Parts: sequence; structure tokens; C-alpha cells
Amino acid sequence: MRADMITVTTTGIITMPDSLILNAVIAGLGIALVTGPLGCFVVWRRMAYFGDTLAHAGLMGVVLGMALGIDPTVGIIVTGVVVGLLLLGLQQQHRVATDTLLGILSHTALAVGLIVVSFMDKVRFDLMGYLFGDLLAATTTDFIWIYGGGTLVLILLALIWRPLIALTVHRDMAVVEGGTRWPVGIIFMVLMALTVAIAMKIVGILLVTALLIIPPAAARRFSASPEGMAAATVIISGIAVVVGISASFTWDTPSGPSIVATAALLFALSLGAGLIVRGRH
Amino acid sequence: MTDTSVLIEVRSAFVARGTRKILDNVGMVVGRGEIVTLVGPNGAGKSTLVKVALGLEHVDRGDVIRAPDIKIGYQPQKLTLDNTLPLTVRRFLTLTGTQPLARLEEMLVEVGVPHLMNASVHTLSGGEWQRVMLARAVLRRPDLLVLDEPTQNVDTAGAVEIYQIIARLRDAIGCGVLMVSHDLNVVMAATDRVYCLNGHICCAGHPAQVSRDQEFQKLFGPAAAATLAIYPHNHDHSHAPDGSVADACGHDHSHDHGHHHHA
Repeated sequence: MRADMITVTTTGIITMPDSLILNAVIAGLGIALVTGPLGCFVVWRRMAYFGDTLAHAGLMGVVLGMALGIDPTVGIIVTGVVVGLLLLGLQQQHRVATDTLLGILSHTALAVGLIVVSFMDKVRFDLMGYLFGDLLAATTTDFIWIYGGGTLVLILLALIWRPLIALTVHRDMAVVEGGTRWPVGIIFMVLMALTVAIAMKIVGILLVTALLIIPPAAARRFSASPEGMAAATVIISGIAVVVGISASFTWDTPSGPSIVATAALLFALSLGAGLIVRGRH
Repeated sequence: MTDTSVLIEVRSAFVARGTRKILDNVGMVVGRGEIVTLVGPNGAGKSTLVKVALGLEHVDRGDVIRAPDIKIGYQPQKLTLDNTLPLTVRRFLTLTGTQPLARLEEMLVEVGVPHLMNASVHTLSGGEWQRVMLARAVLRRPDLLVLDEPTQNVDTAGAVEIYQIIARLRDAIGCGVLMVSHDLNVVMAATDRVYCLNGHICCAGHPAQVSRDQEFQKLFGPAAAATLAIYPHNHDHSHAPDGSVADACGHDHSHDHGHHHHA
């Protein structure tokens, strides 16, 4: 069934706007399924800045990928993993704080990326597309990345879910009591790199972190457990995708920013709902 | 493992951070079935010693020996939960391993808070939170229970009760217990052996012995509190020395220490 959609996407991109919307929504929902649970960990572990760093490294990954003639998404994932592992290594010294390290990695990656871009053929490289994403131009390859990569991320996340939650609550406690021989921290870093690579397709480099952190922030008020919050985040992300894409088509606004703005609106509504609930007491 | 087996032993441990000595030739042993308590002023290295024993921090010199395949239940000193992570008591109890609901209920009854199963951990009082953390650490039937200040933010009456619960749980599952505590008077009643720590082991032994030790009195007596940092090392109390425990302590002060071997 998905193969049909892809065929429509690649062949009827101009003439069949309804299918175009449907494709964008299907791609967007696939991304929401992945960014929902991962975004929760970004919020719980206070990693918003890490999301930004991965996104900036993503730009470097794209241009290095293109310069080396490999798939840009592979470039994004590889640079993301390298930056993540570099961070884990640099954190072993305690003289420079994590947010400083992230700033160094993030902006170094951005600078290197922009320098490499300056050497590239401007016609071939759609910088704006990577900065802001373009869900409406989703290709067959994008669908494979979103649903194939997304499934892989969710399976791995399910496998490390319990120890990762325990590590998030209290690192030492989780380490002492064990429970897994898996290198949970490193696996999580790889999952983050994969997720950012996938999410960049929808909202672009500049807004990846927003897609990761705004829906969980909105979901917090309605959640009593980590698992419940992950599910609520997926639902809120899904609503943001559907409403954002509809708005994008109706008013001809860019799709990524429309989705993020919708998510922000949902967050504001969740705050409002909280105030009303508190007012009743 | 037999009843008298050693669960964890720290021998002649030295730990320094920069030029500051945190642990200076510290020895400690915890055996199955016994309750061992670390006391000492702030900054004495109690939490560091616990982390060294657990393998969370490395020693610069010395040995740390843990029984093979030892199962540990650990209640850290600072477990402040971030409000961004929603968590019920039930979910908190199963953080590091699943347990049947009946066992969770049974454990909450044991620690005296059976009504809190579905409460949010963010709404608990200090005493309730300590009891829930204790329940979580015990749930997995550990060989060794490590409790870093298990009565933080609890009033004296509550603290007495929590130490009684700890002793009862120890009897029930036969684990060893390693505790860090500030409630000197209260904790003594439920302790088999005390290590009084201030960078080095000042004295060690049965609570009744230790509380008569001059070092101990200097550390904790009201008059001596002000001169805590520079107390002298030459005292001449006379307890019956006990070789085995003294070896376990591994400290080599020149003065004669009293150690009492608990039953």
C-alpha cells in the first residue's frame, strides 16, 4: 500500500495535490512516531542543546556526504554519531562543562559545513531545503528512510527502554543495580543521530530541536508515567503534523515551520488547560 | 555464600581530588546479615567511601573486593526527581526490574505506605519518599543493601521507625546493610558495627564501644565540634582490641584502637 503512495509521489507531484497532501501527512506521521519517544528523552535528560548540535553537525554531514558522493542522510547519521561519541569522550574530563562542549562541537560543525558549502556548486545544493526542510517534496528514498529507519529506531529504543529510563532517573543507581550489558548510552546517542537525520527531512536543520522538545513539553501535563508521556507526545506530534500540513496547503506557508508553530500552539493550549484545572481547586 | 561471608571489603583505600585527600588509608568490611553504619562530619568522605565500595569511583591506591555476582540494592543520597519526568510510585519501584504487583503491594506495606502505589512521586513528603526509595532498593532481594542517608528530611520519630524497618528487612531477606547516617543516637540502636570516618577511620566497632571512644566524642561532642578539623591523634582509651576487625579497617594509626567484634 505504501508502494502505491510512493509511486503517486514520484509521478504525480504537480497534478495530484490531494495525494501530495496525503503523502506529506504519511511521511510526517512516520516522523512523529519516532520523534515523540526520542523527544521525551531530550526533555527528560535536558538535551535540547544536544539536539541543536546534532542538527548543526547534520549540515556538515549533508555537504560532506555530497562532496564525497554518498547519500546525504548517511552523511548526517555518520557525523551525528561521531559528534555524539566525541561528546561522550570529552565529558570524561571535568574542566569544561557539557553546554560549553556542545557549543564548541555545534558551531565548529556549522562552520566547517558552511566552508565546504562555499566550495560547492550552488545550483546543485539546495541549502534552504536543508535549513527549513521540505516535506512536500518527499521522495521514495525519504519514505524508505522515514519508515525503515524509524522502525529500526523504535525497535532499538524498545530494547533499551527500561535501563534508559533508570539511567535518566539516577545514573549511579542504574549502574549499580545493572540490568543490562548493553552500552545503553552509546546506543541512545546513535538513535538520536538517526532521529535527527530523519526529522531534518520534515522541519529542516533549524527547527529539528523544536520538533523534538515542543510536543513532549505539551504532553507533560497529561501524563502520569514515562510510557504515557511518550504516547501522548506521539499523538500531539501527529496532530501538529496534520494541522500544520493542512495549514501549509491552505495558506501556502512553508510546511516545517507550520508544523512547529502548530506544536507551539498546542503547548500554549496545554498551559491554558493547566491554569483552568488549577483555578478549579 | 555462607552467613558469615564478606560481601564487600575496602582495604587501605586512598582517594584524592587534586591536592585534597578525601579518603586516607580507609578500610571497611560488610558481611552478610550485618548492619554497618558510616558516621562522620560533613565532608568526611562517607559518600565517597560508599561510591568506592560500589565501584562508582576508583581508588588511587588500595583494594576493593566485592563478592562475585553480588546483587546490590542502592538508595543514593541525592535522588531528586525532575518534574519533567512523570513517575508514579508503582513505576518508580520497577525502574531497574519488573516485579509482580502483589510483591510491590507487600513491600509498600512493609515500609508503611501501602496507600501510595498510584501516587505521583512528585507529591510525596520527605518521609514517604524515603520509605518508597527504601522499598525500591529492597524489592530485588539484594545481597547487600546500600543506603546513603536513608532518613534525610525525616523527623526523629520517623527516623526511629525507618531504622526499625531496615533491621526487620535485613532479618527477612538476610542481606548485609551499609548505611550512611547523621542520626547518631537513633542509628546506634539498629547497628552492628560503626565506622567513624573523618578522611580516615577514627574509630570502629560496636556502637556502645565507639560512643565511648574519645575520637568519637571529639568528632561529635558539642564542645569539640568547633575544633573538628585539627583534633589530636594521641588518646589512650583502653578497649579490648580485636585483630580481625582492625585488619579489616586497615588503618595504621600509631595509637591503640578499640574494636569490638559484634556477635
